[in-house]
Amino acid sequence: MARAVTTKQKAINTAFALGVALLIFFPILWTILTSFKTEAQAINDPPIFFFFDWTLENYYAVQERSDYMKFLWNSIFIAGGSTLLGIIIAVPAAWSMAFVPSKRTKDILLWMLSTKMLPAVGVLYPIYLLFIELGLLDSRGGLAFVLMLINLPIMVWMLYTYFKEIPVDILEAARMDGASLRDEILYVLTPMAIPGIASTILLNIILAWNEAFWTLNLTAAKAAPLTQFIASYSSPEGLFFAKLSAASVMAIAPILVLGWFSQKQLVRGLTFGAVK
Amino acid sequence: MHLKKTLCAAIAASLFSVGTANADNLTIATVNNGDMIRMQGLTEDFTKKTGHTVEWVTLEENVLRQRVTTDITTKGGAFDIMTIGMYETPIWGKNGWLVPLNDLSEDYNAADILPAMAGGLSHDGTMYAAPFYGESSMIMYRTDLMEKAGMEMPDAPSWSFIAKAARAMTDRDAEINGICLRGKAGWGEGGAFITAMSNSFGARWFDENWNAQFDSREWSDTLNFFKNMMDDAGPAGFATNGFNENLSLFQQGKCGMWIDATVAASFVTNPKDSKVADSVGFALAPDNGLGKRSNWLWAWALGIPAGTQKEAAAKQFIEWATSNSYIELVAEKEGWANVPPGARTSLYENANYKDIPFAKMTLESILSADPNNSTVDPSPYVGVQFAAIPEFAGIATEVSQEFSAAYAGKQTVAEALEKAQAITNDAMEAAGYK
Repeated sequence: MARAVTTKQKAINTAFALGVALLIFFPILWTILTSFKTEAQAINDPPIFFFFDWTLENYYAVQERSDYMKFLWNSIFIAGGSTLLGIIIAVPAAWSMAFVPSKRTKDILLWMLSTKMLPAVGVLYPIYLLFIELGLLDSRGGLAFVLMLINLPIMVWMLYTYFKEIPVDILEAARMDGASLRDEILYVLTPMAIPGIASTILLNIILAWNEAFWTLNLTAAKAAPLTQFIASYSSPEGLFFAKLSAASVMAIAPILVLGWFSQKQLVRGLTFGAVK
Repeated sequence: MHLKKTLCAAIAASLFSVGTANADNLTIATVNNGDMIRMQGLTEDFTKKTGHTVEWVTLEENVLRQRVTTDITTKGGAFDIMTIGMYETPIWGKNGWLVPLNDLSEDYNAADILPAMAGGLSHDGTMYAAPFYGESSMIMYRTDLMEKAGMEMPDAPSWSFIAKAARAMTDRDAEINGICLRGKAGWGEGGAFITAMSNSFGARWFDENWNAQFDSREWSDTLNFFKNMMDDAGPAGFATNGFNENLSLFQQGKCGMWIDATVAASFVTNPKDSKVADSVGFALAPDNGLGKRSNWLWAWALGIPAGTQKEAAAKQFIEWATSNSYIELVAEKEGWANVPPGARTSLYENANYKDIPFAKMTLESILSADPNNSTVDPSPYVGVQFAAIPEFAGIATEVSQEFSAAYAGKQTVAEALEKAQAITNDAMEAAGYK
């Protein structure tokens, strides 16, 4: 029997949830506010919240100095490309692990995940040398490939756990009806797993969009995405917090909007099972 | 007539195509600071003069250092010009990773480069990077607070005067700290400051046989003096303050004195950002009566990685960016206060520049730092606030972490020095120096 919740309890719960949400969102809110201040206001002590002369000068300065659209396009290509490549590999991989497991499937899954535990800098030089040899340095394709490899374990794991919840009987029934392997994956499994695949895609796009180690180390002028755009406004000798904030807002805005519109799908895919 | 015009146009077009056929596109890695950003805005002038175009990769200092080091050690060729400092240049030059810059044109007038800068950017007498701008460190102080404290700042004060003035200027109720200094961990942050300060106390990192010297009385005196003064007159949490934190405090009127990079002078005297712009004075970094002052020497310079396919164009760019005519271009467009300082002797002979309030003290600070003879007792290394050996950055980062822990009261000064001694000796032994 469901427990009765009083209005007072509801109000407390709502206030608590709002408090937590504000706490999590505060750094982003502060960055947005700072982006509309002058550099002097940005470092004012005590900090100024809302009552300052709002200015767009930082956005103007950032736009003037950097080719934002170039960085944005590179980010879209790299995040989108790595996700597309990843999903092409991860769906059949997760299918085979979920529905045709072998004795070593669990070991393989754990091994895949263990690659995420290696500090990235540990393989910087081998990958850098490979990129030089293959002529991939400062190329969007090369970076999309590397990010796909880096995020592949997470994609396979997410899809695997999602596929595991799909009753195998449904797939068997499809097979008995004469469905080929391709038909089974495309017309039976995929429609049932769309929330899981969608949340995997969204999460991968977010991870690839925000990835700052490889995107800074493997690019120069041509393939640099928005992470380099932000890095170019950070300085240990000089207070450019307002400009840095404006650049950060411009860099996170597209992914924030994407996350906002797809939050329902993302939450559903991450929290509910396939058959719920 | 028509034929003549067409012929002329064809000749002009072919000449232009010859000019642009040799045009290169240079990729330049650089740091994010005011002078470098200004240069990016003026690149059109270079393109107009030479036909070469430029693409910039601007990064935060530490990110840039890692990025260009990866590229040059692997011969990646991602950049045609790199912005590097006085620490990297002699090491990379010695390793043959940089193109020597000993054949720059006569018009460039390499002899005009300040000797301290040219020396710090050379190995065995060959310059491997051309200074874009140089800096030392000096005292920036509040003239009004100094007057209120009933004291007068000499042009070349001692540490005992600075400590006395710092305590006299401190007013905790008014949130005024007598002195703000770097305590933040990191070889380029608090590590740079304390190393430069230790020079004036007679300390050194290594003896002639590369033995660590943190067990010396001089190091103990340096750290105890620093900590006692900062505990009495420094801001709360000074152990985590670096350049930016102190700049912010000074601009907000919360520091009586600040000893840091000369480049900060233009920030603290800019009325747009600083609340105390009209009451800032300058003096040389303090000494301790031992013949060495506690100022450092640094330059951001442009170097060409060996193996670049665009060496000629890269040299043309370096000549343009570090020339006197570039300084004049900046002065014309943005005023003399914004020209890149500290690289050329002639700038300080220029009547227009002499009027800038901090120009004289900046030059004197630069001239009083000698990277080849920075310590009271002889030492085997080059560098004022660092030792130009590849191992130094790693060792000094660890050592500065121990020092910061002592500033924060997490351990005693004696414990920090004992650990620093062990860290340094172990690392030097592992690297084969001993």
